[in-house]
Amino acid sequence: MELTTVWFALIAVLWMGYFTLEGFDFGVGMLLPVLGRGDRERRVLINTIGPVWDGNEVWLLVAGGATFAAFPEWYATLFSGFYLPLLLILVALIVRGLAFEYRHKRDDATWKSRWDAAIIVGSFVPAFLWGVAFANILRGVEIDAEMEYVGGFFELLNPYALLGGAMTLLLFLTHGAVFVSLKTDGPIRLEARALAVKVGLAAAAVTVLFLAWTQLETGTAASLVAFGLAAAALVGGLVALPAGREGWAFLGTFVAIALGVAGLFLALFPDVMPTTLADGTSLTTTNAAATAYTLKIMTVVAAIFTPLVLMYQAWTYWVFRKRIAVHHIPEPVLAGQGS
Amino acid sequence: MDPLDIARWQFAITTVYHFMFVPISIGLSAMVAGYQLAWLRTGNTQWLRLTRFFGKLFLINFAIGVVTGIVQEFQFGMNWSDYSRFVGDVFGAPLAIEGLLAFFLESTFLGLWIFGWDRLPARLHNACMWLVHLGTLFSAYFILAANSWMQHPVGYEFNPETGRAEMNDFAAVMFNKVQLVTFPHVVLAAYMTAAAFVVGIAFWHLRRHQAVGATGEETGMWRKATRTGAWIVLVTGLGVALVGDVQGKVMTEVQPMKMAAAEALYETEQPAPFSLFTIGTPDGEREKLAVTVPHLLSYLATGTWDGEVKGIEELRETYRETYGQDPGAAYYSAGDYTPNIPTTYWTFRFMIGLGLLAMGVATWLLWATRKGRAPAGRLLYVAVALLPFMPLLANSMGWIFTEIGRQPWAVFGLMTTASAVSPGVSATEMMISLVTLTAVYGLLAVVEVRLLLTYIRKGADPVTEADLPSVRTEDDADKPLAFAY
Repeated sequence: MELTTVWFALIAVLWMGYFTLEGFDFGVGMLLPVLGRGDRERRVLINTIGPVWDGNEVWLLVAGGATFAAFPEWYATLFSGFYLPLLLILVALIVRGLAFEYRHKRDDATWKSRWDAAIIVGSFVPAFLWGVAFANILRGVEIDAEMEYVGGFFELLNPYALLGGAMTLLLFLTHGAVFVSLKTDGPIRLEARALAVKVGLAAAAVTVLFLAWTQLETGTAASLVAFGLAAAALVGGLVALPAGREGWAFLGTFVAIALGVAGLFLALFPDVMPTTLADGTSLTTTNAAATAYTLKIMTVVAAIFTPLVLMYQAWTYWVFRKRIAVHHIPEPVLAGQGS
Repeated sequence: MDPLDIARWQFAITTVYHFMFVPISIGLSAMVAGYQLAWLRTGNTQWLRLTRFFGKLFLINFAIGVVTGIVQEFQFGMNWSDYSRFVGDVFGAPLAIEGLLAFFLESTFLGLWIFGWDRLPARLHNACMWLVHLGTLFSAYFILAANSWMQHPVGYEFNPETGRAEMNDFAAVMFNKVQLVTFPHVVLAAYMTAAAFVVGIAFWHLRRHQAVGATGEETGMWRKATRTGAWIVLVTGLGVALVGDVQGKVMTEVQPMKMAAAEALYETEQPAPFSLFTIGTPDGEREKLAVTVPHLLSYLATGTWDGEVKGIEELRETYRETYGQDPGAAYYSAGDYTPNIPTTYWTFRFMIGLGLLAMGVATWLLWATRKGRAPAGRLLYVAVALLPFMPLLANSMGWIFTEIGRQPWAVFGLMTTASAVSPGVSATEMMISLVTLTAVYGLLAVVEVRLLLTYIRKGADPVTEADLPSVRTEDDADKPLAFAY
């Protein structure tokens, strides 16, 4: 296989890692006002992802860095083209990340409610916008012959892209609710389970619609298989949930998101960012790629370190495998401090 | 405003801001890991209290470093897309490797450390913090390799067909001679910064507790932190200066204009004096009052007391000849090849001056607290309270100096900053980004500093038998967690 194809696949894997992992982080964040009635319940929710959210977010940074190294033209066109949506995502990730770390540092209702807002909004915005961004990549945007994006901000908000945004939002909500049911105990667990089924049905409907649309526009036989399996995994996960099989349900939503992303990349290949302009240049795995030399170096590094990363990240999940309930939450660290 | 100026302001603001937090993260991760190791080795709970106290401050600081780091990763593509296209084949690799080696390591093991007090055996738990520190060092290495390549591009070839710089020697990029001096300079400065942060806080607590006649437990602990910290400031400061000296010589060799700009040296001189400060017009028109040290610049730049140091005027001509007639004209319209001289001149002085001042304060403090002495002087108190800001600002000054000093180049000799900016992004979009990020960063700075001060004032919690770390067993499955958000 050509190295450009290998790197296209590796970047797909990085996005699969990012969406399957930070996907449930976003879901937990969005569910804060729904499942977290009181402060202790909210802390239970936040602590299900506490030790891992930052490591999950690194998948995004590595996906960005790998795109820069392996497909500089793709990185340049994508990041300068989708400027304002990316800025929104950045601000969302900044306030959300800080909120996890700072929220519990003062036992003060105003302080906490502000950081809660940061977590909720900071989870909704990227959960929606990543779908919008990926749908636009699939659909193609106005890229001129010099590989510059020449469309505007509002062009990115077309029906197909909005449906993509709705899909990621609902999928991450479902994924997050399933994760909460898997990682908590007590009333929250049961509520999360019931909610996951409800939201999951909506997610399944929107996902099937979006994937079918994608399949009709740019699909291949391979993407059809991936999409089909993704839909089956999602439905399977939802079916397992009412019976209390939270582990299986989580595997279902996890696989559904992973295969969904895989299918999107299969439908995209060999383009990486197609143009909709007749005289524009579509970015492909060939014309956007770095040199064979750079790709070779990067391949060696990735081959050594990716398995290592997977191992220690998996170990973290093992260390923190126990369910969390309200009685596990310790007293506030800094009682009675105003903000 | 021109998109170029907005993009430059954004890069300056976000990068200088980011690097307020990064050095403390690098240095403090090692110090916290060290305190924890000292506790494990000696069983003295003072070290455990310091681990927990500075661990909290470390986390408050680290969080901002992490979230502002995401902007760094994105803004090359957002604001500097032509730069990204031109250098991606070389510059992208260290960035991607930084993510894979450093960011995963830092974030994963920090999560394990924060939440792992009652989950991991003590030694393994301590190892997690050492791995976080290793992650910060990897991160520093790769990002500095990328920056060093911008200062002194090596291991690449310009491909006229693709119009970009293409890597042909990865090892040359990783072991760039600029990198080999920059990495120790920056990392030692990071240790110095974190240690100064620790000393400022610890000495304040020491004095407070001494004033009320606190127990030896309390004063002994802060004394330990004060004195170990002051030694680290002094020793690493010395290292920063020694490496900086070598760095100056490398800089003179690969970026002579930057050295001349650091000195506002317009005419070539042999031997060249070092200007301590100049009052008058630093644009070189007229000096009113200048205090100089004869021969010193010759030594700094060349390693000999009588070496010739090229002046700006001569270098301008040389640069014009070297870079002015290159066929890739789009990348080479750099005007007069001179950076902003007042900025380079003063930041260079403040960098060195603040660093030396910090070493001076650390020495004074070590002397004043020798053999159990408890100094009560007001001046020392103020000087030590200001100590944390000295290396912190010196870091910023150093970065502003080295980045402004490289101008008009983004990549020295290869690509100007003006041709690096994203052509497709409008001034309005960039302004929205600049204003938004500056406002968010400003707000977060206020929140962060207030939170830090609250936790600094609160002091180190006492440790009782009950809250010594121990690994959870099945029996205490229902006990509250040792730590939770």
